[in-house]
Amino acid sequence: MAPSSKPRTIIIGGGLAGLAAAVRIAEAGMPVDLFSMVPVKRSHSVCAQGGINAANKVARQQGYSEYMHFDETLYGGDFLNHQPPVYDMAYWAPRIIDLLDRMGVPFNRTPEGERDLRMFGGSLYKRTHFSGATTGQQLLYALDEQTRRWEAEGLVTKYEFWEFLWPVLDEQGECKGIVAQDMRTMEIRAFRADAVVMATGGNGLIFGKSTNSVICTGGAAARCYQAGAWLGNPEFIQVHPTAIPGEDKCRLMSESARGEGGRVWVPRKTGDTRRPNEIPENERWYFLEEKYPAYGNLVPRDIATREIFWKCQEGYGIGGGRMVYLDCTHLPDATKNKLAGIFEIYEKFTGDDPRHMAMKIFPAVHYTMGGLYTVYTARDDYKGMVEGAPNNMMTNIPGLYAFGEVNYQYHGGTRLGANALLSCIFDGLFCGLSVANHVNDNVKNRADDLPEAVFDGYVKQEQDKAQALIDADGEDNPYTIGREMGNVMTDRCTVVREAEGLAKCLEEVRNLQQRFKKIRLSDTGMWTNQTLSYARAVWDMLLYAEAIVLGADARKESRGSHYRTDYLERDDANFLKTTIARFDPATGEHALEFEDVPTPLVPPRARTYGQTEQAAAGAKA
Amino acid sequence: MIAPGEQKTITFRIRRQDKQDAQPYWEVFELPYRLNLNVISCLQQIAENPVTKEGRQTTPVVWDCNCLEEICGACTMVINGTVQQSCSALVDKLLEETGGGDIVLEPMSKFPVVRDLWVDRTRMFENLKRINGWVPIDGTHDLGEGPKESPEQQELRYGLSRCMTCGCCLEACPQFLLDNDFIGASTIGQALYFNEHKTGAVLADERLDVMMEPGGVNDCGNAQNCVKVCPKEVPLTLAIAKIGRQTTKRAFRYFFAGR
Repeated sequence: MAPSSKPRTIIIGGGLAGLAAAVRIAEAGMPVDLFSMVPVKRSHSVCAQGGINAANKVARQQGYSEYMHFDETLYGGDFLNHQPPVYDMAYWAPRIIDLLDRMGVPFNRTPEGERDLRMFGGSLYKRTHFSGATTGQQLLYALDEQTRRWEAEGLVTKYEFWEFLWPVLDEQGECKGIVAQDMRTMEIRAFRADAVVMATGGNGLIFGKSTNSVICTGGAAARCYQAGAWLGNPEFIQVHPTAIPGEDKCRLMSESARGEGGRVWVPRKTGDTRRPNEIPENERWYFLEEKYPAYGNLVPRDIATREIFWKCQEGYGIGGGRMVYLDCTHLPDATKNKLAGIFEIYEKFTGDDPRHMAMKIFPAVHYTMGGLYTVYTARDDYKGMVEGAPNNMMTNIPGLYAFGEVNYQYHGGTRLGANALLSCIFDGLFCGLSVANHVNDNVKNRADDLPEAVFDGYVKQEQDKAQALIDADGEDNPYTIGREMGNVMTDRCTVVREAEGLAKCLEEVRNLQQRFKKIRLSDTGMWTNQTLSYARAVWDMLLYAEAIVLGADARKESRGSHYRTDYLERDDANFLKTTIARFDPATGEHALEFEDVPTPLVPPRARTYGQTEQAAAGAKA
Repeated sequence: MIAPGEQKTITFRIRRQDKQDAQPYWEVFELPYRLNLNVISCLQQIAENPVTKEGRQTTPVVWDCNCLEEICGACTMVINGTVQQSCSALVDKLLEETGGGDIVLEPMSKFPVVRDLWVDRTRMFENLKRINGWVPIDGTHDLGEGPKESPEQQELRYGLSRCMTCGCCLEACPQFLLDNDFIGASTIGQALYFNEHKTGAVLADERLDVMMEPGGVNDCGNAQNCVKVCPKEVPLTLAIAKIGRQTTKRAFRYFFAGR
């Protein structure tokens, strides 16, 4: 056996959370092996447009504070969030902005040269920092650059175009490394590490077309789940009301279009195939204005989402499909100019100019609040976590951590705009130290001291699974199964949920699991085989989908993004609880249990944004 | 725009290559026409049902992509002879340009092919390392705000920072070749980006030294193709001019002052 070398850590995923963790852990002097399915600079964090929230000098003088940011995040999340981590995130936010500023992020500036701010949902104060219309890209690049610096110093080693396949656990059940596959050469091998950080983002692809990037399958989280890690709140999925449906994905359309006077409508005649400007005024159905005369097109986000969804379910979508019109053609030129930035995005991807042609939009799955279940050490007064505590954001598997969107913490029942970038960077920076401390102080059995046979066994397991897929000689097509999963999950388990629909959804997902066992790959080669990678992810997504549906069925209340037409009220007595899902590999069964969410700092109160509309929406069902 | 109804099918001619050292070959695919397709959605259809126009079963075409919003830079390829991202390449527009003709997809020619339309752009990321492409901060500890900046300066840096390392500028550049050492427009733009930041400028001389090496900014032939094909309108020719002047000044300093 080789003598122990320096302890190492592995990070899976090079978005904001993974890169922030890489920088922090390398700064603590510990080598990092960084794995990503894409060059880290191309991670999904680039897609974030809006900004990043933090209490700041100006807002502070107007009465805003870190405490209010903390409170807004809990209120937005319908009090399902654990409070100590959210408290820390809000109080660290201003320092994180300063750090990003020092890293060179080109934040927009005031004439005096200060960082400029904008308004965002869920707050009455200007507390959102931004960098043009591409804040996520700019923050990711700053962290990519700092990571490259550590790479040049030799403390970070990148494994780009490597796909995470499975965590390696020792006899005590501690995580000691991973198995991964080179997506070009298809080599499968094991990597040793004394701690592993999952920073693998959300699972939008389970719902077919979402606003997520194509690697956001949730496959990595689902593999940890199958290896014994628990899921927290898998049923909480955020749907954004206005996205541009494309043949390949949905791209976000900012709500400012409605804010400036855009009108939502469908043709009164179902299946109308005329172009929108050929449909006369009296044959248009402005269904939001008709149903909510006071608020019209500016009803709250969740209601707009549900109404649009229902209209399409009833067959009134454009051409019978899943789209409605968002019409800005009537707006005065000055207003149209204000919307030029978002019109440009629409025109680039549809070829239609929203100045002259009504936009086609539909709600789209956008963010995964749930994810891998994690723990932390709270301070005695619950105001934050103990800094550097080794278990901060560790899963139930010792040595396996979850940071960023794949971590179920911070956002509770639904996420506030411009809090995602913050939670990802906070996890990496704050909890990166916990990883280093765990390795230095707690790890007794070093990964390097484990016999080679342990790792060989895991490699064999993954090689066998890959070979089984290559050898499969059934009839069905993994791409078709993936598409059908997306359709049924979107139909039954996103905007509106109820017992019967969820039961049908579960049945269909299980059918697809059976069909998956009889697939055939159209590429059986062993060089850059993307079909193999996708097929493997489809199976993992089908299992994750099952956990989502089971959670949605078991949570018999409405809270945050989770809306049950058969249980319209929030039910704190029974469901102010985290859903924990466990998977039994022996039986293939999922087991759910509920764990109380402590509320030591802020007692839950009614979430009253647009409550009158809530009641009206309830009456519809 | 082709009126709906006229166009029944779309024909894709795709240059394929099984491995880096394998012989390239062409395959033709025919898909049913629908409104509002982009090139990526057609490649997805081919992946689901990889059958050529002649009815022969083949393997799915391999290509690199991620965000599909023209912001990650991954899905760059040569489409009808023009380098661009395949996510924002709209089929209706391409058909309009060719009068309903074939859509031809090829991998970028300035990078080694991994398979089919997927190329290896490692060289671009290595170049960022060569120029010290970062702001050398002291560490992640709480040390207060970064330097103040005027809105004009922010605008310049923001424009440079939108570079998504996609490689369009290099594909279009007559000086950047598969087997030479020219650093290329995107990296020169990044050198200016970091030199224009107050803390980043600490390493300005090191960056200029790289730009004065063989393959540096002097190898630019001033064809100005880079700025024409850049999907993000990064001010690449401005960067080349500014970095060129800064290296000249540095060369004088070497000559007269020896440093």
